[in-house]
Amino acid sequence: MRLRVNPIACTGHGMCAELLPELITLDPWGYPLLASEMVPQALAGHARRAADACPTLALLADDSFVAGPGVRHGRRHAG
Amino acid sequence: MNTITVGHRAGPRLLAGLSYYGPAGLPDHHRQHGPLPAVGRRLIDVVDAAGLTGRGGAGFPTGRKMRIVAGGRGSKVVVANGCEGEPASSKDRLLLTMLPHLVLDGLAAAAAAIGARDAYLCVHDHEASLLESLQAAVAARKDSVRIQVSGVPGRYVASEQSALVQYLNGGAAKPAFSPPRPQERGVRGLPTLVNNVETLAHLALIARYGDRWFRSAGLPAAPGTMLVTVGGAVRRPGVYEIELGTPVGEAVARAGGLAEQPQALLVGGYFGAWLPAGAAWPVPMTHAALKAAGGALGAGMVIALPASSCLLAETARIVRYLADEGAGQCGPCVFGLPALANAMADLAYHGGRGRAGRQLAALLPLVERRGACKHPDGVTQLIRSAVRVAARDAREHDVAGPCRGITREPLLPLPGEDL
Ligand SMILES: Cc1cc2nc3c(=O)[nH]c(=O)nc-3n(C[C@H](O)[C@H](O)[C@H](O)COP(=O)(O)O)c2cc1C
Ligand code: SF4
Ligand code: SF4
Repeated sequence: MRLRVNPIACTGHGMCAELLPELITLDPWGYPLLASEMVPQALAGHARRAADACPTLALLADDSFVAGPGVRHGRRHAG
Repeated sequence: MNTITVGHRAGPRLLAGLSYYGPAGLPDHHRQHGPLPAVGRRLIDVVDAAGLTGRGGAGFPTGRKMRIVAGGRGSKVVVANGCEGEPASSKDRLLLTMLPHLVLDGLAAAAAAIGARDAYLCVHDHEASLLESLQAAVAARKDSVRIQVSGVPGRYVASEQSALVQYLNGGAAKPAFSPPRPQERGVRGLPTLVNNVETLAHLALIARYGDRWFRSAGLPAAPGTMLVTVGGAVRRPGVYEIELGTPVGEAVARAGGLAEQPQALLVGGYFGAWLPAGAAWPVPMTHAALKAAGGALGAGMVIALPASSCLLAETARIVRYLADEGAGQCGPCVFGLPALANAMADLAYHGGRGRAGRQLAALLPLVERRGACKHPDGVTQLIRSAVRVAARDAREHDVAGPCRGITREPLLPLPGEDL
């Protein structure tokens, strides 16, 4: 699973940091800092709950991303 | 501003039709290059083989982007990005004012290759006479693609590709979160190709002369020519066409050479980086080589900063401008860029009593890669290069206060000022 924040939608509620302190801390302005984009299997449930709890749906948990060998972290996108 | 092309190995390509007597009309353009041949989907293969990369700053392979858009569903849209938001760049404006049909040919060729019926040519909306001359140029042509000349707000981030798309869709000219990218879902929800106008001008020539011709200039890994805007302490500031891989120092020589003893070069514009003049001199102008040297090619600007200027004060001024130009959407950009601008100003003008350097170091990672667009990353790259290249100055400023250089008139241009 891969976590992302949509910084346009995020209003800095900080709910996610409470629900997933293992991966999310808040910056001095109250916006989430991810320790890692890739979510270890053991935390997938918590990550899903944190994403569902975000009031603006700014925290995105992408299941199509499976961690493991061969995962490309830095995909290069057109533009 | 001079626009001189002196002889070089490949000879001017884009600027071959440049005349001192005025803009090239359609007959002049056809006399220079002949009419645009009929093109279709196969042009994408030719562009791939040519190795053309985007000239808007990021250097993404143009053929690959065309293929992504062409592979999408239904009808397609092309957007020509002629906004040239970089205050120190003049190349796109030169093409649009003097050689508009080269850009329009490229737009028509791209549209034919990817299957687009609608195209937009975007320039800043305060450029009334440019909008008018481009509309006249479009009207003088018989393109099968419908080309609309569109004015967009003259803000720095308004010409980021997703901001252009959002604006053309009736929204605010602000970057959007991706995915989806414009290539997947753009104008009216259709797959949309956004290219810089210089990229399209090269495309117009590739459609005529082919990929082997294109590759006969530049390096195998970075083929073709590019337009560079050379400014600052040089004798003939202006736009020049160089082969990719030309050393930075040779680009400066094309602009008449240095007018003053240099201290550093800003390569790549305000999205680029400072490099020590001596170290930058032999570096080939390619994305890869400049990146390896700690810089960036960006949209091809080289600005020479004289030794008597203050690099930190120049940077602080640009960072403040860029902080004010954010789209106000993302927390780390909204709060981080002004904080960075304050810390840079402390360092440059006030002397941070030893604190400003530490403050910058703490703020930079809080901003990097945390915006919806690359705007904040451009700012942090510029600041990191400034404190790296002027490390000794930065320490002295921080502890003992500003140097004499801050009394010199600012050199780096900002919008609304004369170059
Ligand atoms: C903040 C920001 C501002 C940009 N401004 C411009 C611009 O003024 N002109 C431009 O061609 N590209 C600009 N770009 C890049 C575009 O998003 C896009 O990548 C480019 O137009 C694609 O064209 P190319 O592939 O032909 O280079 C900007 C990007 C960012 C992040
Ligand atoms: S809960 Fe949502 S809105 Fe709040 S800080 Fe986290 S991502 Fe942002
Ligand atoms: S990072 Fe800044 S400029 Fe980019 S979309 Fe977010 S607020 Fe706007």
